[in-house]
Amino acid sequence: MAMLHTVNKSPFERNSLNSCLSKSKEGSTILLIEDAVVGALKGTKVAEQMAAAIANKNVCVLGSDLNTRGFAETDILDGIKIVDYAGFVDMVAEHSNVQSWL
Amino acid sequence: MATITVEGKEVEVDEEGYLVNLSDWFPEVATEMAKIDEVEMGDDHWDIINFLREYYEEYQIAPAVRVLTKAVAKKLGKEKGNSKYLYELFPYGPGKQACKFAGLPKPTGCV
Amino acid sequence: MSDGIKKFMFVNTKAPYGTVYALESLEVVLISAAFDQDVSLVFCDDGVFQIMDKQNTEASGMKNFSNAYKALGDYDINKLYVEKESLEERGLTLDSLMDLTYEDEDDDWAEKPSINLVSRAELADLMDQQDVVISS
Repeated sequence: MAMLHTVNKSPFERNSLNSCLSKSKEGSTILLIEDAVVGALKGTKVAEQMAAAIANKNVCVLGSDLNTRGFAETDILDGIKIVDYAGFVDMVAEHSNVQSWL
Repeated sequence: MATITVEGKEVEVDEEGYLVNLSDWFPEVATEMAKIDEVEMGDDHWDIINFLREYYEEYQIAPAVRVLTKAVAKKLGKEKGNSKYLYELFPYGPGKQACKFAGLPKPTGCV
Repeated sequence: MSDGIKKFMFVNTKAPYGTVYALESLEVVLISAAFDQDVSLVFCDDGVFQIMDKQNTEASGMKNFSNAYKALGDYDINKLYVEKESLEERGLTLDSLMDLTYEDEDDDWAEKPSINLVSRAELADLMDQQDVVISS
């Protein structure tokens, strides 16, 4: 079964999102949490890289962390799904393995 | 952890007498804290306490004395917005003591 | 300077919530206001996220300290510099940020904006003019 990857650092400050994107397989799930949620925004310098990931991976973002930082559903790239805490727990349960990119 | 008893309820306070949980506050908590500090609460005290609670609600910080003085002057008039008046109401300092009665943390920037 | 007033600049470069840098810096800034110094704040890199409008911590249960930036005007801290390039790299504009203002005592308490949009090069000049620069 596919791997779940979580990323929690801002892509503008650390390289962990980039590492995750380059080392995750097609069909795997990538969940952006905490400071990494800004990687889901439209019009950023990582938006192009994110669009490429959305094309063949299941990219999600934690809604509560997005709202905490002042962002809404309309601010994020098309094709990224918003999940809540319960959805996060389900994702962990549904995947065979979780890799946390710190 | 220290507690004070207000209307039969145990309320947790820190070593300086400030509420541990801001949500524990109700008006009688202020009255009880004032009794401990030997301050008799009147309408003028409540004006300041209510003002502080509104300020905290809006900005999520307890204002420094200088900021409190200026803001009280603007809202309640110059005769109340000066440190002499505020120190008469709250002899241990309008920042520290009034914030304590109001159930707020010790003011940021209070040295 | 002979009058004892120094130019202090607080440079905020980190996103809020994920780490405690933003909150800690804000507290130091509020404390510094008690000493009547010439204080300015910079928001650059991920620091621009600190003053995003509409922060809502209801679902995450964290303390929303963004409203405290609105009190900076009361503390006579009204020089906030936001780096233009940092906003652009993050897909943001000035409209994405909170409306931070102060009341000008010398101009009949007129409400004026505290935020100044500056370029990276202008910021380098501003930093060069300070007595003390504190980064977080």
